[in-house]
Amino acid sequence: MNLIQWFRFASPQSFYPLAGRMIPWFWTLAALFGIAGLWVAFFVAPTDAQQGEGYRIIFVHVPASWMSMFIYMVMAFWAGLGLALGTRLSGMMAQALAPTGALMAALSLWTGALWGKPMWGTWWVWDARLTSELILFFLYIGFIALQSAIDDPRRADKAGAILALVGVVNIPIIYFSVKWWNTLHQGSTINLTRAPSMAQTMLLGMLLMALAFWMYSIAVALTRARAIMLERERHTEWVKHAVD
Amino acid sequence: MKPRTKRIALIAGGLASLGIAATFVLKALDSNIALYITPSEVVAGKAPQGNAFRVGGLVKPGSIQRQDMATHFIVTDTVKEIPVTYTGILPDLFREGKGAIVQGRMGADGTFVASEVLAKHDENYMPPEAKHAIEQAQKAQQKGMSQ
Repeated sequence: MNLIQWFRFASPQSFYPLAGRMIPWFWTLAALFGIAGLWVAFFVAPTDAQQGEGYRIIFVHVPASWMSMFIYMVMAFWAGLGLALGTRLSGMMAQALAPTGALMAALSLWTGALWGKPMWGTWWVWDARLTSELILFFLYIGFIALQSAIDDPRRADKAGAILALVGVVNIPIIYFSVKWWNTLHQGSTINLTRAPSMAQTMLLGMLLMALAFWMYSIAVALTRARAIMLERERHTEWVKHAVD
Repeated sequence: MKPRTKRIALIAGGLASLGIAATFVLKALDSNIALYITPSEVVAGKAPQGNAFRVGGLVKPGSIQRQDMATHFIVTDTVKEIPVTYTGILPDLFREGKGAIVQGRMGADGTFVASEVLAKHDENYMPPEAKHAIEQAQKAQQKGMSQ
C-alpha cells in the first residue's frame, strides 16, 4: 500500500509543493555541513607530510568528483525510468540534475589542474582518469545541448535519455581507471574494502564537505525541477493556481 | 508482452550489449590507454623504437645526482633500473623513493634523456608527525632484523 503513497508524488502537481517545502531544509543543511567542513578543512586538519598545505584542495576536489559521478547515475536512472515508463516527472528530474552534474565535473577538473601543476609538475596529462572525467563533462554538456535543441519536451526527454544511458558505461571506467591502467592520478584513498589511508581529521573534513555538496546538489536540483515543472505544464490548471 | 515490459527489456538488453562492447574495446586498447610503461617492459624491448615514450617507477633512493642544471637519477620498478638524465625544474613531489613518470627518448648509451618529469603522488595523506613515527618504527624494525 506504500506504493500508492509514493506514486502520488510522481505527478508534478503534487511534487511541486512537496519540493518547495523541502528546499529550505536542504539549503540549511548544506550551509551547516559546509561551515563545519570548511572549518575542519582549514583549521583542524593537519598539514600533509609530503604536499604541505597544497593538499587542502582535496576538500573540494574529492567531493566534487564523487558528486559528478553520482549525479550522473541518478540522472541516468531518472532518464531510463522516463524512457521505460513514460512518467512526466522523470524527464524533468533528469533535466534538472544535468547542470549541477556538469558544474561538479568542471569543478573536479579545474581543482585537479590547480593541484596538478605544483604537485605533479603539469596542469594536465591524457591519463585514463583525467580523460574519462573530461568525457563525463562532455556527456553532461551533450545531454544539455541535445535536450535544448529539441522543442517537443517528450521527444527531447527520449533523445536525452538514450544519450544518458549510453554514457553510463563511462562511470565504472572513471572509477576503476586508476586500478586498470597505469595512470598519473593516484589510486583511491577511500574505498570499501580497507581502512582509508588518511589521517582521521582530514577524512572528517572531507566527509563533511561531501555531505555539504550532497545537500547543495539536492537543493539546487529541486529548485531547478520546480522551474521546469512550471515551464512545461504552464497550460494546466494547477500551474495557474500555483503561480497565483 | 505488454509494451512497457517490452520497452524495459529493450533498454536492459541495449545497455548489456553496450557494456560488453565497451569491455572488449577497452581490453583491445589496454596498452594504449596506459600512460607509461615500467622499466621491466623497457628492458624487455616493449618501448617504441626511436620514438618518445614515458617510463614510470620509483626514484631509486640515493641515486639523485645534480650537475649544474642537469639531474641524474635512476627509475626502478624494484626489478629493473633505467638511468635518467633531465635538465630543468623538477616538481615539488619529486623525491627519492617516490613515484615519478619521465617522458623522453632512450639515448644510444642506454641512458633515458627526459624532456619532462612528472611526480606521482600516492594515495596516502598524513601529518608530518605520523610520517616521522612510521619512519622511526621502520628503522627500529630494520635494526631488529639485522641483529
